[in-house]
Amino acid sequence: MATIKLETPLTIDKIKDLHSGDQVLLSGIIYTGRDAAHKRFIEVLEKNEDLPFDVQGQVIYYVGPTPTKPNQAFGSGGPTTSYRMDAYTPPLINKGLIGMIGKGKRNDEVKAALKGHAVYFAAVGGAAALMGKCVIKAEVIAYEDLQAEAVRRLEVKDLPLIVVNDIKGNDLYVEGPQSYLKEHK
Amino acid sequence: MKIVKYEDIVLKVKLACLQMTTDLPQDVQNKLEMMAMQEDGQLAKQMLDIIIENANIARQENRPMCQDTGMVVCFVKMGQNIQIEGGLLADAINEGVSLGYEEGYLRKSVVNNPIDRINTLDNTPAIIHYDIVEDDVLIIEVAAKGFGSENMSQLKMFPPAAGIAGMKEFVKQVVIDAGPNPCPPIIVGIGLGGDFEKAALLAKKAAIRNLDEVNPNEKLLALEKELEVEINNLGIGPQGFGGKTTTLKVNIEMFATHIAGLPVAVNINCHAARHIKVVL
Repeated sequence: MATIKLETPLTIDKIKDLHSGDQVLLSGIIYTGRDAAHKRFIEVLEKNEDLPFDVQGQVIYYVGPTPTKPNQAFGSGGPTTSYRMDAYTPPLINKGLIGMIGKGKRNDEVKAALKGHAVYFAAVGGAAALMGKCVIKAEVIAYEDLQAEAVRRLEVKDLPLIVVNDIKGNDLYVEGPQSYLKEHK
Repeated sequence: MKIVKYEDIVLKVKLACLQMTTDLPQDVQNKLEMMAMQEDGQLAKQMLDIIIENANIARQENRPMCQDTGMVVCFVKMGQNIQIEGGLLADAINEGVSLGYEEGYLRKSVVNNPIDRINTLDNTPAIIHYDIVEDDVLIIEVAAKGFGSENMSQLKMFPPAAGIAGMKEFVKQVVIDAGPNPCPPIIVGIGLGGDFEKAALLAKKAAIRNLDEVNPNEKLLALEKELEVEINNLGIGPQGFGGKTTTLKVNIEMFATHIAGLPVAVNINCHAARHIKVVL
């Protein structure tokens, strides 16, 4: 299985050939945000105010890292479960968000919003020490009061990801187990 | 009468927090390695290799293996002949948790209550269960329980007519509903019997039980093995991408129940199954 190297910011052209099940190494700038930050994103959008960063072409990583130790760029940071962000996700995709990194199933509304517009990647749940080491630089850019849930700008190098929902409407969480069972009857 | 000092409890609980969050218990590591050898899905095998590599990095570099360093759950087994000198046992445990989570740069994931949701900033309070026993033993089983898997847990009060067949179907449905969310491969902890809260408590005990422990009850042992095979035949696989390894182990704990009831609780634990036994 080939591994695809991707650099942010992403464009439709860069993600159009990604297929669910593809393994990706992602490099460049990404942003963090989970439950509490997403709640604020939507409050901001409802008031027609600006988000803390322009989401156009950007990727949000659903992560609440451990505190950074001295002499390290970042703590441990694996994905949190994505369904908790489902309610907040379609409005962000409408604003141009092109990628999300998390783990676990998305609901039908998110899957519909992804189709043709954005890609949902999984990072390996629980492999937080390994993924934390892919972060070269991290800085809090908004909502510092949320601590682990604050919005951070991360510079990552070769963050290992798997494409779950591609822009064509495929879903690895449906097709992966199905094809495994078919091959191993 | 044996005297245990408050400060000794604080220190040992602190060390337990530091160790369990960076050093995956050997029973879990061994089982992961065994399952990785048997895994026949290509992507599935890669996922297990990444999980094992992550555990090794965490141990060697003293980094938390998972960013969700959990809510601390303690099962205290305390002999009637123990006297604690210097303060309350619960305070000592919480002080140990507070110090450990600060010193280890562990994530503070506890909020004061579900309405105000204000972070307590030191990961306390821990959830503490007490069991009073004979003699002068003081054993604290400490676990760090992540909520990705905790959120996928369920409890159902069955009528006795549902039987073991109904219980098994329910357990499998819980695992199917959870799918990729609790970071499979998972440990499935089942509490069978008791009443509503006893079943949940038993399920938690089962979820953090050492994987090398063999159930002394032969019927339960057989049931655990059956369920392990049936769950691993579901095809969910590591991370839910498809594969053989969905569960590392099914553990069942059982208690007496009422003539009208068959409580079944399923508590799921992730592969970062952090548990450690503190003996004082």
